[in-house]
Amino acid sequence: MSDRNSDSLAVAVQELRRTFGDFIAVDNISLSVRKGEIFGFLGPNGAGKSTTIRMLCGLLMPTGGIGTVGGFDINKESELIKRVIGYMSQKFSLYDNLTVEENINFFGGVYNVAKKKKAERKEWVLNMAGLSDERSALTRNLATGFKQRLALGCAILHEPHIIFLDEPTSGVDPISRRNFWCLINEMSQAGTTVFVTTHYMDEADYCDRLALIYRGKIIAEGTPTELRKKYMTRDVLEVNVDKVVEAFNILSFHNIDAAIFGSALHVVVDDAEKSRERISIILKESGVMVKGMDKIPPSLEDVFVTLIEVS
Amino acid sequence: MKTPRIKAIAKKEFIQIWRDPLSLAMAFLMPVILLFIYGYAITFDIDKIPTVVYDMDKSSVSREFINQFHESGYFLINFSVESYKEIDPFLDSGRARVAVVIPEDFSKNIWKGYNAQIEVLIDGGDSNTATIAQGYTLAIAEGFSQRMRGAKVTPLIDSKSRVWYNNELKSRNFIIPGLIAIVMAVIIALLISLTIAREWDRGTMEQLISTPLKTPELILGKLIPYFLIGFADTILAILMSTLLFHVPLRGSVTLLLGLSAIFLFGGLSFGMLMSIAGKTQLAASQAALLTSFLPAFLLSGFIFSISNMPKPLQIVTYFIPARYFVTILKGIFLKGSTLNVLWLEALLLTLFAVLVFIAANRKFRKRIE
Repeated sequence: MSDRNSDSLAVAVQELRRTFGDFIAVDNISLSVRKGEIFGFLGPNGAGKSTTIRMLCGLLMPTGGIGTVGGFDINKESELIKRVIGYMSQKFSLYDNLTVEENINFFGGVYNVAKKKKAERKEWVLNMAGLSDERSALTRNLATGFKQRLALGCAILHEPHIIFLDEPTSGVDPISRRNFWCLINEMSQAGTTVFVTTHYMDEADYCDRLALIYRGKIIAEGTPTELRKKYMTRDVLEVNVDKVVEAFNILSFHNIDAAIFGSALHVVVDDAEKSRERISIILKESGVMVKGMDKIPPSLEDVFVTLIEVS
Repeated sequence: MKTPRIKAIAKKEFIQIWRDPLSLAMAFLMPVILLFIYGYAITFDIDKIPTVVYDMDKSSVSREFINQFHESGYFLINFSVESYKEIDPFLDSGRARVAVVIPEDFSKNIWKGYNAQIEVLIDGGDSNTATIAQGYTLAIAEGFSQRMRGAKVTPLIDSKSRVWYNNELKSRNFIIPGLIAIVMAVIIALLISLTIAREWDRGTMEQLISTPLKTPELILGKLIPYFLIGFADTILAILMSTLLFHVPLRGSVTLLLGLSAIFLFGGLSFGMLMSIAGKTQLAASQAALLTSFLPAFLLSGFIFSISNMPKPLQIVTYFIPARYFVTILKGIFLKGSTLNVLWLEALLLTLFAVLVFIAANRKFRKRIE
């Protein structure tokens, strides 16, 4: 089944709201996601990410607001939405007492994948998840990274146009996370819209566009570059020194914002040019050798921490 | 409705049951155990009641009278005492349930044609046994006095009862057909009540409701494996009843299986409804136990006769499908009843099954509440 509308938006909602008793989980948010892009929905735990994604997938009735997903009304046509999306919930949601292959077969049946395509899609998922040799293994015995990839595979067996992934990388090791993002990237290249939530700020750079949700409200939105420009007004200097910990302590003592990044320091200042000399002098006086100092673009993590501190 | 989806659900559910030893044991061991317990251990037949005798008369007549007790087969006269005082310990300890006391003038009175009295003490602790023992005693005394009188007086009314359908009055024949209903109720209560609630608990339901799967597909798909298991249990129970316990099966096997299938479908739909309403596994299984197993056990007429219940409870029994199924089972097994007789029960069972299946479908929400 194809999307109904021909316009360029995969998801468009206005004033979306959900309350649980007195608690406002999602507070009048508006979003639009273009077809084929990777849309990152970022925020700390409990910010309202899962509640939003559940409303978009037709799993949870909104308290207020209007909008469409895949061209279908989120208030009235949730069962039609379910035909064009793939959803991977935050909690691992495959049957752990079924084997890898049985799980794939099951979802193939539930999504009513055409008979001819079934075998081909199964092999595709097994390959993608790296589980071709483990097809008869019980799912409960798989490592978390493999479980996540299998869950993703099962959620997209029917080749949906829009994929919603709720914290797909939480609890997964860094290498598996990187691989997982490669997969997401491939799907986006193939024209699939990917709506993904995460609380790992360092994953934001994988996304085409981002929205940051905090306490039920969207506090920032844009491409990673836009967000950096718009919200990071202070400069970041990367300082290479011979004694990192000592240098960190000295700068902190002088009330200068610094953070250790490997063998270097990231120092946040109002103006890079003016501060350059001062940092140099302070460190030299204390016997720390400065090997180099460069102005660098701020990471998104810096941006979000700043934003959350403000709001 | 799409068959591949129903098939996928049914297959998955079946694999899950198959891999869970507890479910498997409940599905196939429980019925056998229940049938054994009820078939062998519980019997309401009363014979060889231990009896103590205090014969003060010690005449040939009194010995002849005591012998009547012995010959009836219902009493086992294994103790004889010489005083009232000695009787008590026998009854108190349960070594004897009945004490027969024959007074000194017993034979004298009989020879003179007077009314001869005897005294019978019965342990009323088990009222069922007591009532039956009392009846037997009266019958023996009656028969004995007629013999002593000769055939001089013909009673005005001579009632000779003949028991139909279960002419040996074996309680086993009466219990076991009804037990099939109970066995099914156990499967329903303990197995299917978890099926939906477990998926909510484990988070797998969230994935399922995000798919285009339709509610009737989900419910039907989940019902099928339990239905097959329940049906296998029914056949097992019927085989055990006839081959092991020699309960006569006088009616049509096809009718029996057909009506069992309807009862099973209704019961499973009800268990499903409980599972949907219960949300957590604990709540669902307790609700199912309270609403299907216990009523089937207590209020179906399986053991406890409905006509002996207080009026309000009798009214309640009309709402318990097991009641109709027990009637059907006893009818087909013992009387060879056909649909001509059982049509109302069959109709009510079908009605119940359809209504509850619809209710389960309506109750299920493809949403997180």
